[in-house]
Amino acid sequence: MTQATKTQKTILSIDHVTVHFGGLVAISDMTFDVKEGELVSLIGPNGAGKTTAFNVVTGFLRPTQGEVHFRGVSLHKLKPHEVAGVGLVRTFQRTSLFTTNTVFENVLTGLHRHGRATAWSTLLSLPSMRREEAKLSEAVWEILDFIGISHRANELGGSLPYGEQRLLGVAVALAANPTMLLLDEPAAGMNPSETGDFMELLAKIRRRNISILLVEHDMRLVMGVSDRIVVLNYGKIIAYGAPAEIQANPEVIRAYLGHGVKHA
Amino acid sequence: MKNLGTIFLLLALLTLPLWVPDQYYLHIVITTGIFIIGAMSLNLLLGYTGQLSLGHIAFFGIGAYTSALTSLGFDIPVFWGDGRIIHEAWHPLIGILLGTFVAGVCGYVVGKLSFKIRGAYFVIVTISFAEVVRLVALNWVDLTQGPMALSNIPPIGYNLPGLGEMVFWAKAPNYYLVLALALIAYVLIRRIVRSRMGRAMIALRENESLATSVGIDVTRYLVFAAVVSAALAGAAGSLYAHYIRIIDPDIFHFIYTVTMVIMVVTGGKGTLAGPIVGGVIFGALPVGLRAVAAPEVQWIVYGIAIILIVFFLPRGIVPTVSDYWHRKTGSAPRHTRAMPLASSKQSPEQAT
Repeated sequence: MTQATKTQKTILSIDHVTVHFGGLVAISDMTFDVKEGELVSLIGPNGAGKTTAFNVVTGFLRPTQGEVHFRGVSLHKLKPHEVAGVGLVRTFQRTSLFTTNTVFENVLTGLHRHGRATAWSTLLSLPSMRREEAKLSEAVWEILDFIGISHRANELGGSLPYGEQRLLGVAVALAANPTMLLLDEPAAGMNPSETGDFMELLAKIRRRNISILLVEHDMRLVMGVSDRIVVLNYGKIIAYGAPAEIQANPEVIRAYLGHGVKHA
Repeated sequence: MKNLGTIFLLLALLTLPLWVPDQYYLHIVITTGIFIIGAMSLNLLLGYTGQLSLGHIAFFGIGAYTSALTSLGFDIPVFWGDGRIIHEAWHPLIGILLGTFVAGVCGYVVGKLSFKIRGAYFVIVTISFAEVVRLVALNWVDLTQGPMALSNIPPIGYNLPGLGEMVFWAKAPNYYLVLALALIAYVLIRRIVRSRMGRAMIALRENESLATSVGIDVTRYLVFAAVVSAALAGAAGSLYAHYIRIIDPDIFHFIYTVTMVIMVVTGGKGTLAGPIVGGVIFGALPVGLRAVAAPEVQWIVYGIAIILIVFFLPRGIVPTVSDYWHRKTGSAPRHTRAMPLASSKQSPEQAT
């Protein structure tokens, strides 16, 4: 399961990132990295700073101190929409969809980066624009098949069952053609069988050479898919290593995992 | 079925002056048509991109004044010295182009602003923008004649070798001009909203963070929507100036923005037909009422109509009717796959 070796390249590196909201310290001196092809999980109690970390990495929030590098490039000057442009795409903790659009249209919107249509080719309805639309439609079906929600294509995003809404969120993120995905509690609200399916989906995504940073509370999922785990508590990293080490770490058990829970 | 209806509608519109010979009603059709273009342009910014811009009449009026002043010429003292700025009168068609362009530039400014100032403050800024423009038009008497109004604005005309010369004094040619602009506006807006750009705009309306996370540049699409919206309103305003041939600062009054918002919201914001339906209703309603009721009663009925529509059909007339129609007829799914190439006939059936 573990693929991380010392010879692998780092795709995402977070260096001494600190985030203050006025007097409140949300994240303090966070340093870790994700190697190419890895799946790293970020776990910790609610309020530990996991979503804040995501916001910093994807440019929604400026860190008070510290730097984030993606494939060697500093992300600090980039606007949030440019972060997707370099291949880093995130999902959101609360279900985030285009609720008045159909599932098909949701993914089609996610394919925005693939399109090249300009204002003029749109207003004049040039053949190049229409060819591009046809290609994008094919790409939508491909993604819907990959995720497994093609049967819902014509339904409104907001009308899907909760678990499938989370899947749609992942589909939209995949549409943006990421080299790395940041998944914020994608399995929230999924029952055990759906979670099992989701673990397989994660494996499929990894086979496409997409690195993943995952925030999750479901320990069976986390222990089952992670190469390494970062444990956050009150904005600080308290442990960082392979799943077996983390499970045995007394401080982690005290702060978060608790006793008497059997893990995979 | 749909195409037959469209053809019939187009034929009716093209022959309208023949079956509406009464000049008063034709006048109503023309002014309503101009306001419908304004409503369609507002719909692009309000309905599709979700930006509550309540200064829309400013673009309309700026287009009107720019076009009128271009085709009348002006002679004003320079602020700083003894000189004067003199502009010779140009052809009205150039006036319309300039009116559209200047309105578009103002739209650009509004678009750029909207990125910095969001929410309620943006709404306040847009209302203030329209009011400031009104005050400028009212007080810069040297240029705009202020409350004394710009009059004798030349009507549109053309002078082409081969086609001869014609000046649009009569109502019928003006009607066709408005119809032409309305059709152009409709086609342009339709092309935008059914494209990648339209999807980006709708995404911004629906869920801005999600849109950003997949790489949609908020400023760029807000600005684009604002520019197109303002330019179309400016074009409509320019036509208005050359048709009515007299404009004064009252054209910037907030009530006209409100009228366009009502047309968009009751018709159905975010739909193509919405502003047209809303425009027809609220353009025809005052006229119909004028014939049968006293002025006070007219306004009461007008207000009741708005309340009833918003109360019972909150999404607007067009979406409600459209949903009802689709449920009754069980229409085909909107998105279907392309036929696989394995079959002998290659017919990609796609409706997106």
